[in-house]
Amino acid sequence: MSGHPTYVPKSAAAKWLESRLPILGLAHSSFVVFPNPRNLNYWWTFGGILAFMLVAQIATGVVLVMHYTPQSSLAFASVEHIMRDVNYGWLFRYAHANGASMFFLALYIHMFRGLYYGSYKAPREVLWILGCIIFVMAVATAFMGYVLPWGQMSFWGATVITSLFSAIPFVGDQITIWLWGGYAVDNATLNRFFSLHYLLPFMILGVVILHIWALHVPGSNNPAGIEPQSEKDTLPFHPYFTIKDGFAVVCFMIFYFWFVFYVPNYLGDADNYIEANPLQTPVHIVPEWYYLPFYAILRSIPSKLGGTALMFAAVLIPAFLPWLDTSKVKSAAYRPLYKIFFWLFVACVLGLGYCGSKPPEGIYVVASRLLAIYYFLHFLVILPLLGQYEKTRPLPASIFESVLGERGKHLAAGAKPLQPGE
Amino acid sequence: MPQGNKVMRLRSLIAGGLAAATLCVAPIASAQEEHVKPARQDWSFYGPFGKYDQAQLQRGFQVFREVCSNCHSLKSIAFRDLIAPGGPAFSEAQIKALAATYKIKDGPNEAGEMYERPGVLSDYFPWNFPNAQAARAALNAVPPDLSVIAKARGYERGFPLFLIDPIIQYQEQGPDYIYALLTGYTHADDPFWDEFMPGHKIAMPMPLSDGAVDYTDGSPKTVKQYAKDVTAFLMWAAEPKLEERKRLGFRVLSFLAVFAVLLYFVKRKIWASVHSDAGAEH
Ligand code: HEC
Ligand code: HEM
Repeated sequence: MSGHPTYVPKSAAAKWLESRLPILGLAHSSFVVFPNPRNLNYWWTFGGILAFMLVAQIATGVVLVMHYTPQSSLAFASVEHIMRDVNYGWLFRYAHANGASMFFLALYIHMFRGLYYGSYKAPREVLWILGCIIFVMAVATAFMGYVLPWGQMSFWGATVITSLFSAIPFVGDQITIWLWGGYAVDNATLNRFFSLHYLLPFMILGVVILHIWALHVPGSNNPAGIEPQSEKDTLPFHPYFTIKDGFAVVCFMIFYFWFVFYVPNYLGDADNYIEANPLQTPVHIVPEWYYLPFYAILRSIPSKLGGTALMFAAVLIPAFLPWLDTSKVKSAAYRPLYKIFFWLFVACVLGLGYCGSKPPEGIYVVASRLLAIYYFLHFLVILPLLGQYEKTRPLPASIFESVLGERGKHLAAGAKPLQPGE
Repeated sequence: MPQGNKVMRLRSLIAGGLAAATLCVAPIASAQEEHVKPARQDWSFYGPFGKYDQAQLQRGFQVFREVCSNCHSLKSIAFRDLIAPGGPAFSEAQIKALAATYKIKDGPNEAGEMYERPGVLSDYFPWNFPNAQAARAALNAVPPDLSVIAKARGYERGFPLFLIDPIIQYQEQGPDYIYALLTGYTHADDPFWDEFMPGHKIAMPMPLSDGAVDYTDGSPKTVKQYAKDVTAFLMWAAEPKLEERKRLGFRVLSFLAVFAVLLYFVKRKIWASVHSDAGAEH
């Protein structure tokens, strides 16, 4: 990907800075002239949306910290203080609480986009694994953030999840006590979760930078799943993708702010407006919606150790996709069977999520078991075999040709000369 | 791929999904049939332009003060909050006079002693009981603080209603539940029986009865009216910034909607040359 104009500083100040720290040139080559496949659809805007959401979480979070008190007897009241007495405190708090949900929604769409178009395949394995690391860190961040308001679900969710570590043979109990900083979830736990909840988003930011770095080596994958071959296949990031991503971010903000302003508690649990009470267990302990599929897998196994192991396996297994999916063809658009299995997998995850929200009894247990089995079958059996036996459709010769479609074939046949100039 | 084909497939996919979902929900739903759900009420604060009814909040506060505050605390509400716009918005003089009728424990003074003084605007609403143990000893259960109770209660909407709720902006599960609870004492011989409590047992004896609170604005002095008014008051107590939130939300979303349309056309214009060049629509 060479041949695009490089950065030439114009003003004296820019020249001065560029000769000392070539950061303007880096920004220019990464976000101005960077060549992106021209056929990217709107599913590719979720990367930009995620960057926006991460910044939004950090900005609202930093303001919340200024008024929040990480002390078990004061935390709940300090959140109410934010909601009532701090100027626009209700806005910061609702934006942060709903922002976490929006972050995960965008993250899941972004990841399923990767699954559909085979974005994890060579040469993007490291990029994909960095993404999986971001996912795991986001899961930990939101889990610890949810403990901070110190409501009933904060407390009991933290108790249920941290107790899972006690299932580890021999050292489990010691590890759990070490995690808690005591013999139960208490003030010490709240304090360390607060500290880590502040730290982890900045670590995520660091991995996001690596993620974008790894992205900019091979460039973006695209709906055709073939690599760009010439300048005709790409468009410069600016203005084409800045405007497209910008439009998508604003549409996403409308969705996000609908929740913040009109149904701010829809995604939360009413029980979290009851202050934590170690003596009173809630009837149903339900995690936030974005954990539900994994929660269902956890509960599908009658053994604590087995369930815990399987849950962690379910979170980590996508990282191995580059080697589990054996097909040479990336995009599901040219893989008729994989396309079906992709949607079955989506249905499987949604089904697990639904089961996770229900009490673990009767049909829900049976359903979560079947779906959990299918979840792992998809990765461990279906994907490896599909690559061997699936008859894929012929790939287009180039991205440009795939954009042209039927009509373009005639154009390409010479009916009209092409103007590749952008 | 032809457009019609795509739509057809999408339709059958949705139909199939719905069928599968009802199949898996049906047996459970019938097993829970006997559990009555609270009915939806008309609330003035519902919807994108929802506002509190000031007269209703004032009546609700009267009910709270004369009845509920005998047992329940309202820790997060200070007297000054009752003056603020977007709430009951009593006059300052009214609330100053009201606050002064309460004895607030303060101190220590210069002699090192705790003392009682009349309440002022910045005081928080005092609780009738010195502590939770005293309340439990008197009532067999601790009455929960009512500051956020309207958000701390709810009921399950179930499939598929929960998918529609964010679109129709239904957020009033809490108030609907509280209203149902207060009007759910339907066994005349048992004041601790409530239709909407799990197991129908509640430690709170039927708190409201017709004529118990003397409204001065001519509203009906019935249990239903009291329940409605005090529930609206509790919603305000839980969400005092609701009006400000919805008002700001409308402005922000209107701005974003216009901005999105403008961006869309800019995007179209920028991409137009690419599309005509490639001859394909995106
Ligand atoms: C005689 C004391 C008393 C009075 C007066 C009283 N309550 Fe209660 N209330 C209680 C007690 C005790 C409980 C705890 C019930 C339980 O846990 O079974 C309670 C519980 C509640 C609950 C929570 C029920 C649940 O879902 O757990 C609500 C809501 C409530 N009261 C509202 C009110 C309102 C509104 C009023 C005024 C109209 C009121 N109460 C008057 C004693 C009282
Ligand atoms: C990826 C980024 C982040 C995610 C996913 C996230 C998630 C969450 C969640 C789910 C909650 C509970 C909200 C609630 O129910 O009330 C929360 C609370 C909180 N977060 Fe974050 N957070 C992020 C970043 C940050 C950062 C960077 C800070 C500080 C600099 C921060 C500070 C806080 C504070 C103080 C609270 C407690 C106040 C409250 O509960 O509203 N967060 N966070």
